[in-house]
Amino acid sequence: MTATPQTEIMYREAMREAIREAMQRDDRVFLMGEDVGRYGGSFGVSMGLLEQFGPERIRDTPLSESGFVGAGIGAAIAGMRPIVEIMTVNFSLLALDQILNNAATLSHMSGGQINVPLVIRMTTGGGRQLGAQHSHSLEGWYAHIPGLRILTPATIEDARGMLWPALQDPDPVLIFEHGSLYNVAAAIPDPSIAVDISRAAVRRAGTDVTVMAYGGTLAKALAAANELAEQGISVEVIDLRVLRPLDDETILASVRKTHRAVIADEGWRSGSISAEIAARLVEHAFYDLDAPIERVCSVEVPMPYAQHLEQAALPQQSDIVAAALRTVSVHA
Amino acid sequence: MTTTNVTPAEVWSEAVNGSRDDVLIFQRDLLREMLRIRRFEEKCAELYSAGKIRGFMHLCVGEEATAVGVFHSLSPLDAVVSTYREHGHALARGIDMSVLLAEMFGKQAGCSRGRGGSMHLFSADLRFYGGHAIVGGGLPVAVGLALAEHMQGSDGVVACLFGDGAFAEGEFHESANLAALWKLPLVFFCENNLYAMGTSLAREHAETDLAMRAASYGMVSWSVDGMDVLAVEEAARRAVEYARDSGEPCFLELRTYRFRAHSMYDPDRYRDKAEIAHWRERDPITTLTEQLRQRQGIEDQDLRQWEQEIAEEIKAAIKVADSAPTEPVEDLTRFLYTEARGEQ
Repeated sequence: MTATPQTEIMYREAMREAIREAMQRDDRVFLMGEDVGRYGGSFGVSMGLLEQFGPERIRDTPLSESGFVGAGIGAAIAGMRPIVEIMTVNFSLLALDQILNNAATLSHMSGGQINVPLVIRMTTGGGRQLGAQHSHSLEGWYAHIPGLRILTPATIEDARGMLWPALQDPDPVLIFEHGSLYNVAAAIPDPSIAVDISRAAVRRAGTDVTVMAYGGTLAKALAAANELAEQGISVEVIDLRVLRPLDDETILASVRKTHRAVIADEGWRSGSISAEIAARLVEHAFYDLDAPIERVCSVEVPMPYAQHLEQAALPQQSDIVAAALRTVSVHA
Repeated sequence: MTTTNVTPAEVWSEAVNGSRDDVLIFQRDLLREMLRIRRFEEKCAELYSAGKIRGFMHLCVGEEATAVGVFHSLSPLDAVVSTYREHGHALARGIDMSVLLAEMFGKQAGCSRGRGGSMHLFSADLRFYGGHAIVGGGLPVAVGLALAEHMQGSDGVVACLFGDGAFAEGEFHESANLAALWKLPLVFFCENNLYAMGTSLAREHAETDLAMRAASYGMVSWSVDGMDVLAVEEAARRAVEYARDSGEPCFLELRTYRFRAHSMYDPDRYRDKAEIAHWRERDPITTLTEQLRQRQGIEDQDLRQWEQEIAEEIKAAIKVADSAPTEPVEDLTRFLYTEARGEQ
């Protein structure tokens, strides 16, 4: 029996291929984190890499987030190109001292003498009934920190193509992988395509309203756009994909065209990345807006376990549709 | 070789270094460097009172033996991670005095271009990676530097300095475990000055034998009198050689004491005057001076000359730092991200 050639690839496989390629291209690159080796990664991203690259470069760590993230910082300073995996964003708080006080700070605080070319990958987001200590969306919070670059690959192409440019960045890059995406499959992307990790991407062109989303909310935004198209409303969907630095140019160009803006953000509303974007729109596109800016965020509670409660807490396609309809119901 | 009035450390040192003259020259160097740090720190206190230095400043007066002993044991290829009480470390590593003062004056010529201050001294050229003011926060970074040495197959050793306060932080325990588990060439130099700011060792640790606790991570660990620069130098040299030869970590507790308060803000209400006086009797500079005098290794004339040379060095450094330009405000956000991008 001959196997049919694989035409599709899952998000986790795309990420794995990106790691594999980076390790083959640059022997300074190594992966470390909890259960990345023998276990194959808690979400299966690094399955098989230990066998290919060995335990020095696919390095299992103890449960010491601050210790191994700091070790990544030190190794990066000394010329290595570490990829550090943290199981979930909630666990990254144990390493927040290292991420904020060292990774994001050392270049400036040393007057530019040292830099930290470190990539930290972690799972983020809810929807899998994992409860309040495995399900939050804190990427917007990390985007508050100057000195970092924050990436949120929402597509197979970005999962495949963001890692290499992130490793080429001389400064720390955090990659947030939404947990609901690992099993999503799509056509195998061209590995030679370099993703621009400074720009948002227009995923669907439209004229009536701009819906901005990223990570776990992008698919919901695109589905909402399809639904709204049936009602004759043309939605432009922007995949923010870089939360720091925000791509103001792409965001403002779209809103100046559609005059209406909806921001879908799985983070909590107060002090969120959606709040930051809304503020920038008010600062720079106030007179272009024909309707109040709408935000679709998670309800401000710790993420509950029960499925109906969790789904009620998360931004949904129907919420995005309703928000978009509110913006177009306003006539300037 | 005569053995009259010779300490065990000196016997060992002679065996390694050769003649008695060589040993005396070596010990005189240690003494002069301690004196240089002491006078620098005293001047920093004056400059602070005069408003030239601001922010938090932590002086190492009394702890000079640990700085000088440890840094004598390192090669230029080795990497260093230090604390916020690091003026002595930076001087002993060879960072120019004027560059340190310029940093504390907030000047462009400062080693961190005025962005760091007293607590954040850096020199990438000398592999002096800070200057960390989160207690324990530098330790995981030191593990990573040692991991790079290990993965790159180099001969370098990483010296990580921290205090008894950091020993209570989780980051110490994570770092000790990682370094021992991965067999990394890292020396944990714990400067135990008996106080985590104002909290005494017995009030912060259920078990105060720090070396014993470090040994529980499977590392070679021991303690040394941190007020005796010869003992520190010998122990540090053995620690660094061990890490270099074996590629594995070790832990050296340096039992020391700061004569001055924790920082310039500290009224020092938590220590007995008698306790401070007791430790001052063990002043590492006085101790070595007396030892050298007894062996005719030093004369008053030498000390006078050193004092004069050091005073001149400090005076010149202040002049350079004073006249240095400040960083332009337009450059406030420079170095937040690396300027030279492209292929890394």
